[in-house]
Amino acid sequence: MNVKVMILVIAAATLLFSAVSFAAAPIKIGALFAVTGPAAFLGEPERNSARMVIDEINKAGGVKGRKLELVAYDTAGDATKAVQLATKLIKDDKVVAIIGPSTTGETMAVIPVTEKEQIPLISCSAGSKITDPIKKWVFKTAQNDALAVGKIYEYLQKTKQTKVSILSVSDGFGASGREQLKSQAAKYGITIVSDDTYGPKDTDMTAQLTKIRGTHAQAIICWGTNPGPAVIAKNVRQLGIKTPLFMSHGVSSKKFIELAGEAAEGIKLPSGKVVVADVLPGSDKQKKPLMAFVMDYQKHYKAEGDHFGGHAWDAVMLLRNALENGADTAAAIRDQLEKTRSFAGIGGSFNYSPQDHAGLGKDAFVLVEVKNKDWVIVK
Amino acid sequence: MQFDQILQYTLSGLSTGAIYALIGIGFSIIYNATGIINFAQGEFVMLGGLLTLSCLELLKLPLWAAVPCAVAVSTLVGILFERLAIRPLRQPTPINLVIITIGGSILIRGLAMLVWGKDTHAVPPFSGDTPIAIGGATILPQHLWIFAITLIIIFINKVYFYRTISGKAMRACSYNRRAAGLVGIDVKRMVLFSFIISSAMGAVAGIIVAPLTMTAYDVGVMLGLKGFCAAIIGGMSSGASTVIGGLILGVLESLGAGLISSGYKDAIAFIILLLILFIRPQGLFGKADSERV
Amino acid sequence: MKRDFVLFIAFSLLVVAVPLLFSGGYLMNVLVFVGINTMLAIALNLLLGYAGQISLGHAGFFGLGAYLSGILTTTCSVNPWVAMPAAAAVVGCLAGLIGFPILKLKGHYLAMATLGLGIIMYIVFNETVDLTGGPSGLSAIPNLKLAGVSFDSDIKNYYLIWSFTLAVMLFSLNLANSRVGRALRAVHDSEVAAQVLGVNARLLKVQIFALSAVISSLAGSLYAHTMTFVAPASFGFNFSIELLTMVVIGGLGSIYGSFLGAALLTLLPEFLRGANEYDIIIYGGLLMVMVMYMPGGLVRGVPALYRKVVRQKSVADHA
Repeated sequence: MNVKVMILVIAAATLLFSAVSFAAAPIKIGALFAVTGPAAFLGEPERNSARMVIDEINKAGGVKGRKLELVAYDTAGDATKAVQLATKLIKDDKVVAIIGPSTTGETMAVIPVTEKEQIPLISCSAGSKITDPIKKWVFKTAQNDALAVGKIYEYLQKTKQTKVSILSVSDGFGASGREQLKSQAAKYGITIVSDDTYGPKDTDMTAQLTKIRGTHAQAIICWGTNPGPAVIAKNVRQLGIKTPLFMSHGVSSKKFIELAGEAAEGIKLPSGKVVVADVLPGSDKQKKPLMAFVMDYQKHYKAEGDHFGGHAWDAVMLLRNALENGADTAAAIRDQLEKTRSFAGIGGSFNYSPQDHAGLGKDAFVLVEVKNKDWVIVK
Repeated sequence: MQFDQILQYTLSGLSTGAIYALIGIGFSIIYNATGIINFAQGEFVMLGGLLTLSCLELLKLPLWAAVPCAVAVSTLVGILFERLAIRPLRQPTPINLVIITIGGSILIRGLAMLVWGKDTHAVPPFSGDTPIAIGGATILPQHLWIFAITLIIIFINKVYFYRTISGKAMRACSYNRRAAGLVGIDVKRMVLFSFIISSAMGAVAGIIVAPLTMTAYDVGVMLGLKGFCAAIIGGMSSGASTVIGGLILGVLESLGAGLISSGYKDAIAFIILLLILFIRPQGLFGKADSERV
Repeated sequence: MKRDFVLFIAFSLLVVAVPLLFSGGYLMNVLVFVGINTMLAIALNLLLGYAGQISLGHAGFFGLGAYLSGILTTTCSVNPWVAMPAAAAVVGCLAGLIGFPILKLKGHYLAMATLGLGIIMYIVFNETVDLTGGPSGLSAIPNLKLAGVSFDSDIKNYYLIWSFTLAVMLFSLNLANSRVGRALRAVHDSEVAAQVLGVNARLLKVQIFALSAVISSLAGSLYAHTMTFVAPASFGFNFSIELLTMVVIGGLGSIYGSFLGAALLTLLPEFLRGANEYDIIIYGGLLMVMVMYMPGGLVRGVPALYRKVVRQKSVADHA
């Protein structure tokens, strides 16, 4: 190799290095998703959506000239791991904010850490107690299960089906839903005539349903995530129970219809608008971002974008908006987040305030029904 | 308490119990021939269901071809497991055997997770899902399949173990391995056979129950444990006692969930297990064991 | 004797020195868990490695100690330093009572009985929502405080936990080399022979079972005050298997082996973080390979391997 080539190489290297050193440091955003384990149906779409939207933001030039870097860890749905990894994100990776975790249990475990370290946390889980009572550094993008319960009870009150039986799964999601169902019953004039649980891995709920059949309830509300509710739907059909069956937003995905098959017909549940995005009226502010999200996700991952992925999308976009408004430290980001008004996201229209870190109202949910293996909005 | 409800609990319990019975017989066969408790037994149940799904969806085979295919592949996995994990074990102490079979079950589960993902999958029922009414209770056609196939398998087992030479040889091994070896029985081959039969039975159990319960990579864990409870109740026999043990377990579980508390349903199986182990470890029908010092 | 003493002092010095070398950061957090897991592994090893009794439900005692401490210090506002021994006493009595019937069983039957026990405890943690917070767990458990110092940072917790761990190690090493230890090993080899020689095997087994449960409960209480949050998911069947793996990989019947096993299994997931889908396979594979090719665990297998390699080399040199 002769001297000329050597000089060329050194020059190129120097240019490259200086270019790299002049580029602004990326903004590190931490994420905790339950990509594996029992909550994988939440964590995987959340991680996919987060990656997708951050890639797009970076392709469009980043935020104020700086790229976003997503540091995502898998908690496997384990609250202990979530706490450990939160510490790692804050101490080792030095992130300015954390998105997630995917489940209420993990979130409650992580909150003391982020409160102490003063890092904003935007959770993607549904438990109302995440933001109620309010905590300075904690926000959430998933709709409150309190709102979901309210939607169902509102409908039941309207149709005068006020005697209900509850069947909830014995995990964090089910326990939280059950709490809400019990505490809001009086407000809507609902009487709970039976209260049963089932295990997340149970494969036969005919015993519980036989008991429920004997109570002459006017509606059965099942609060859980796949596959349990699908088994319950099938059991209901098998036992010939004619009582209307309501589910939670935990199964507002095509997967539920696939698993329950014929038994899913006629089941009603509260859902984020994303599953009925194409039939929303054009006047709905959310229609545009919803359609964009659904099509993007389909293109990237060859799968249907569901509202779980939407929670992560909302979280990233909310952070991006805060960053666009000039915030670059953890404290500034927190303040900007609190100022969010009317952000049309996937989960709904967000309005944060110092008293409200959940940001969504009743319109975040629509009551949908399964008809011909697809979702239709219940009028 | 209404008769209808009790009837329903009992019928549901009997069908779950039949599955526990099939899995329990699988445990007993291996235990009787080798003295090993195969913690990986539940995983063959899982494999049966998932493999049938793949045969139906990926290979587009009709049901009557998919089932034997799935059973064959599960049996293959059973053979591999015996060859690679059990046979080379240099110090077959109970601790080592327990650990190796637990390790094996974790490994098989992990591989299943890689191949089929973490999702739950629905499997179509064998002959539709119109409920059948019996008294005031209902069961599905799939339940009838479960009962029928369980009976057939018990019958085949009886014939195999009492009428064929290799069956009798396996029984000889379970009574006294040394003596069996001395009269010319290839004990190592019997071990292999026991794994073949157990994994095949586990796979069949998984296939007939999958349309009811859906299948995923981790259905094997609890089913395996409850199947083991059934085997203990039945005294580790490979015949009728284990079946009765499984049915009792299923019915008690179902009655307990309906009448007492649904949250503690799983605990019922294990409480029964502990009671049997404390009070009558040889099972309800077994003869007391004597130990050589 | 003297060598053991020197080894222990050296190990303690290492434990004290580590934070000074790798100050702060996430590693401290992990090392706190290594300390807790070492305590648990030693507890299980006393039962499994020395006395030869299989237990697949030890996560249950760990959870019981954690929940008792947690509930006493939150709902009943008891001082944590009182709650910890109280919890340990309760768990010890419970284990003693259950131990009598359960330890009549042997081998696989004992394994399954302890497995069932562990699962029942897990279900109770999950279902008694009013007491334990159910699946969502129990939070706001206070940190431990001593002489005005509140143990709320990783470094402080490290020293706290490891003081207990070293105490447990010292105690167990003493036990192993004492009359009791020899009696345990006799029972392990042949229970009937030991009884013939005058060892009250049944009582001894129950005592060790209770001791093992007490140490696990202690670890659980410390865990609760360090994490300030406990959930049933950490105390299930999977964790019992993890503990078993730690003991087997480290080496049955070796206290330092328990430390090795605990350290390896706590640190390994941190390094495998990228390969998250494969870690469950590596786990199961590791278990099987260790039992097949290194049944004595790392603590015996590695030196043996080394000697084998050295011997082969010296043979080659002399040839």
